[in-house]
Amino acid sequence: MLSFILRRILIAIPTILLISVFVFGMQKLLPGDPVLAMAGEERDPEVIEYLREKYRLNDPIPVQYVNWMGGVLQGDLGISLRTNQPVTELIAQKLPVTIQLAIMAMIFALVIGIPAGILSAVKKGTPIDYVANVVALSGLSIPNFWLGIMLILLVSVKWQLLPASGYVPFGEDPLLSIKVMLMPAFVLGTALAATLMRHTRSAMLGVLKSDYVRTARAKGLKERVVILKHALRNALTPIVTLSALLFGELIAGAVLTEQIFTIPGFGKLVVDAVFNRDYAVVQGIVLCTGVGFIVMNLLADAAYFILNPRLRKQ
Amino acid sequence: MKFRETTLLAALLSATALGAQAQDLRIALQSDADVLDPDQSRTFVGRIVYTALCDKLVDITPDLEIIPQLATEWSWSDDGTQLTMKLREGVTFHDGTPFNAEAVAANIERSQTLEESRRKSELASVTGTEVLGEYEIRLDLASADATLLAQLADRAGMMISPTAAEEAGADFGLNPVCSGPFQFEDRIAQDRITLTKYADYWNADEIHFDSVTYLPIPDTTVRLANLQSGDIDMLERLAATDLAQAEGDDSINVSSAVSLGYQGVTFNVNNGEKGDNPWGNDKRLRQAFSYAIDRNALNQVVFEGAFAAGNQPFPPNSPWYDAGHPVPERDLEKAKALLAEAGYADGIDLEVQVPNTTVPMQLMQVVQAMVAEAGINLTITSKEFATLLADQSAGDYTASQIGWSGRVDPDGNIHQFVTTDGGINDSKFSSEEVDALLDDARASNDTAARKTAYDAARDILIDESPLVYLYHQTWIWALDSSIEGFTPYPDGMIRLEGVTKSE
Repeated sequence: MLSFILRRILIAIPTILLISVFVFGMQKLLPGDPVLAMAGEERDPEVIEYLREKYRLNDPIPVQYVNWMGGVLQGDLGISLRTNQPVTELIAQKLPVTIQLAIMAMIFALVIGIPAGILSAVKKGTPIDYVANVVALSGLSIPNFWLGIMLILLVSVKWQLLPASGYVPFGEDPLLSIKVMLMPAFVLGTALAATLMRHTRSAMLGVLKSDYVRTARAKGLKERVVILKHALRNALTPIVTLSALLFGELIAGAVLTEQIFTIPGFGKLVVDAVFNRDYAVVQGIVLCTGVGFIVMNLLADAAYFILNPRLRKQ
Repeated sequence: MKFRETTLLAALLSATALGAQAQDLRIALQSDADVLDPDQSRTFVGRIVYTALCDKLVDITPDLEIIPQLATEWSWSDDGTQLTMKLREGVTFHDGTPFNAEAVAANIERSQTLEESRRKSELASVTGTEVLGEYEIRLDLASADATLLAQLADRAGMMISPTAAEEAGADFGLNPVCSGPFQFEDRIAQDRITLTKYADYWNADEIHFDSVTYLPIPDTTVRLANLQSGDIDMLERLAATDLAQAEGDDSINVSSAVSLGYQGVTFNVNNGEKGDNPWGNDKRLRQAFSYAIDRNALNQVVFEGAFAAGNQPFPPNSPWYDAGHPVPERDLEKAKALLAEAGYADGIDLEVQVPNTTVPMQLMQVVQAMVAEAGINLTITSKEFATLLADQSAGDYTASQIGWSGRVDPDGNIHQFVTTDGGINDSKFSSEEVDALLDDARASNDTAARKTAYDAARDILIDESPLVYLYHQTWIWALDSSIEGFTPYPDGMIRLEGVTKSE
């Protein structure tokens, strides 16, 4: 187990390096000049030249990359061209926001998706199954931005139940923080709930056909015990792995949701940074996200290892 | 036990009572401010925040008259090369540093010498300062500059604490210290900027909030939704398309003012190789383009009639507007005749680069339909703003949909765009006559003489049409009905003096 994880970490290092080179190169290919946008409406040539020098944008691109990477290895991700804040500080500010959003969305997804999946598997072919499937398909097909705006108009403007947008740090006021995040988390969680429901359903169906479930039933166990104890445990193994992988996707999916609900998280930061050609910020975020994905993958594999007795015995 | 409960209850009560008294004003902005250093600032939205944070030497009235703020009176020498200012006494910066002539001198110097300063061109005419006394300062100019006072009514005239500026250098914006009604509390990028009331403000009686919070909310629908749900007290730049909805809501008041800026189409007349094209070489084509557009219909279709149709760098309600050239009626026959005269009776292609955001795209699609009827086959090339700007600056374009946020002094809306050496003359239009007229207008403090010069330049510029102006944005604010005393200004700023909130 330990050697397996170490091996995975060793593989992760070149992966992250590759990501960083790719992102750096892609950004340099983008048309448009960040300094021009930063120089202000008057675009004073002296200021433009000074800023190019200051941010070392006149160096050859490989040199720029090495400079940046050198900083990264010392824990310095550079400073934002737009606000002069250190990128590490920006990321430290934004990461908890997106993680909170993703966790809450995940909870929504699990609470909706798994029970619905079990139910429709157990009641296969009944109206309940059909309804669950239709709802799941809707969850997958309704675009986040539409659902988001609709919810804002209904829940905030018409019924005035929840704040329309914004963010309150969890440490400042946990209850209010959760309240503000409810809608965006729900919007972000719906598509995921649908995915989880479909997977749970098919995994359950597979397990319900298996010998040991038939044995359990033959022993005269209550149906509830059979399903929740025997069948579900085995059906959940792939779901746990999937959830860990989906969590990474959640972070990516947060981009759109954060834009709609004006949540100052990772997604909003990266979108604005791309538009402002705020190179250092984009690179910093992509690097962190890359590391995050790799860590989530590792966790997923480890979870699979722990949950699947057959693998453990090897 | 009993006693403890009572004290606890009393503490709670007093806390809620305090809470009821502490008034926070929540303002939604269209975007997040950039760096909070007046010398490095480059966004309109940043200026909105400075209005509460940093006092200036002078301010403006809604009619654009210059009035005292930190300077109480001023006078020009006869030749217009010396500006002597008397300063308000007893003013302190938020860190306790006293405001005086030395502080003004330090501020001017920083604006002119800080490497990152975006204010250099605005103060280019100032050659030095002379401290005449604790509260009296003289600015020396290389030559007369009528635009200077207006510059001092904006970021170039914002006074920051010399102590804090000295300590922080270029990082001043991370913790700005000024002398305005509110002081900097904290900032979470893209989420909020919080300012708290400065108790020692010289005009504190006019300030009725304990704190003000600025929340960037880019989506206009969401901005309005926040106002309707009571999460914010006011918002700036309501979309014209949301106007009807806001006006139909009893709990919302709407306030507006025509802006100082403009939007239009800039033609590449002589900027690099691409300037050598029919549109750049033949003014008749540009005139035809202008005649083919129905500016009033444009305003109706794209902006619900809420903005102002325009054909000059100044809006029709500005004292600088040249009434001799009113907004032209659409004249298709004239447009076709001009095209035929130029040798394009069968029509001609025109590629316009447009920022890839909703409003400019809608605008140009309507223009596209209008000019098509005259035989101009317009293609829209949408670009991200950063790219559009780079291409325009490099001369890699035929025509570009671009605007200007506007300045208090008329010079700021025209000089740099059409004079031969203008810093942002991306058209590279050049005319000795126009140069002379606009340079003269800059140097004169005689309003009538300036107006004559601008009108004379307008005659040439209307004929040449390197820039075809289309409309002027109207700043629209939407406020909760509990907010009173708000005055709309054409510069789009939110001034908080006298603004109150009734419970």
